[in-house]
Amino acid sequence: MAALPTTGELKRTPLHALHLRLGARMVEFAGYEMPVQYPSGIIKEHLHTRAAAGLFDVSHMGQIVLRARSGHLEDAAFALETLVPSDMLGLPLGRQRYTLFTNETGGILDDLMVSNRGDHFMLVVNAARKAVDEAYLREHLSDSCAIEPLSDRALIALQGPQAESVLAEVAPEVRTMSFMDVRTISFFGVDCGVSRSGYTGEDGFEISVPAKSAEALCEALLHNLAMAPVGLGARDSLRLEAGLCLYGSDLDETITPVEAALAWTIPAVRRVGGTRAGGFPGAETILKQLADGAARRRIGLKPEGRVPVRHGATLYRAEHDAAPVGVVTSGGFSPSLNAPISMGYVPCDLAKLDTRLFADVRGKRLPVKVSALPFVPTRYKRS
Amino acid sequence: MLKYTNDHEWLRMDGDVATIGITPFAQEKLGDLVFVELPGVGMKLSKGTVAATVESVKAASDVYAPVSGDVLAVNEKLTGEPGLVNADPTGDGWLFKMKLADVAELDTLLDERAYSALTTSH
Repeated sequence: MAALPTTGELKRTPLHALHLRLGARMVEFAGYEMPVQYPSGIIKEHLHTRAAAGLFDVSHMGQIVLRARSGHLEDAAFALETLVPSDMLGLPLGRQRYTLFTNETGGILDDLMVSNRGDHFMLVVNAARKAVDEAYLREHLSDSCAIEPLSDRALIALQGPQAESVLAEVAPEVRTMSFMDVRTISFFGVDCGVSRSGYTGEDGFEISVPAKSAEALCEALLHNLAMAPVGLGARDSLRLEAGLCLYGSDLDETITPVEAALAWTIPAVRRVGGTRAGGFPGAETILKQLADGAARRRIGLKPEGRVPVRHGATLYRAEHDAAPVGVVTSGGFSPSLNAPISMGYVPCDLAKLDTRLFADVRGKRLPVKVSALPFVPTRYKRS
Repeated sequence: MLKYTNDHEWLRMDGDVATIGITPFAQEKLGDLVFVELPGVGMKLSKGTVAATVESVKAASDVYAPVSGDVLAVNEKLTGEPGLVNADPTGDGWLFKMKLADVAELDTLLDERAYSALTTSH
């Protein structure tokens, strides 16, 4: 057997002791000691999330408060729009939006969630990127904005068709929230920031809770048998089924939003002809790609057999071609479909549904078919 | 009596034929298996070369030939039921059988006590 993972000197989340009590297997992830799975295992945790509800510790992610020095949120919105291609000025109070930090060549520095919290924006960024993102925000926005990373807060995700009913037992008002709504809600007298969103394709919530109250809140939620703890292993298989990108695998500094099939994050107002067209890093490249198309595109892939086709596998137009035409960026096994699934990048002429390609796995060329994303229908609670 | 490798494989000897699998420790570390790639029957394997690949939801891990020899049989049941390796790693979840080229290679393997010391130090 190849080397098995071990843990070294790592940061811990406020839920570390709870994970150990629940029997989690802990692994290193982005400098943190995180639960990859609990005793029931990745497949059961995954299927339980789709059938009932899962509780995920995502406290390793960065929570950053962005506040205009002028006191006017509008000034923070203008500032943020110099770094992202989305509409921040038009983000209503109590709403969340998915966006991207782009670089000068049109690549992606990180993907993030931004919420309008009235007197500030709340940014949730990837764990592995939070130090970079914070430095980047300070470098570019310090003149107009105060940047405050929240280090004393846990972030808990509740995902699945029963997430609402479990959370509503503690705070009934969550039922009135729609997909991408954000509110302050009190659980057991503790104010928390709650968004109706997540990273599984299911309906659900993310709760930003003070570190000292996180464990008690999780324990209360886990008393409900519909709610089971779910580790990072199933979080990854759930997001892949939902066709959602993982930064560092499906997105990086060389991939543009258009190539990544994330052009929907760029509204008309930021495109050519819009009142605030461009003005974000790499705008020239990205706006040109929006008009003319990009050379490659992110697609879903279904391997024809049982062999998972994973990150890094090269893709070929014909079985015996020497030169690859694309690459798999995420791949694994879908517990919901009981079959392997992957995502990757191919030239646009090969991105049509049902195009047959070949993937190299351990020296063998295996047939794969371009497939629609998401692999499993999403079930967001839209208003 | 099982023999073990540092790489978390076990061997059960019957004359000069070894049945080989991964240890309970290894299957637990890997988690739910979703695919097992087995060697071809008749293949000659040298000690330390890749003999099989076990794939969990998260990752693919190579299984090395713990000794040199010819592959005599593989566990075809794992094609449809890779989870047998999780459920019964040293029984129904065996991977393949080899006819040993050099019985002296067995001396390089760990006994139960040495292997158990290896896994408790993790």
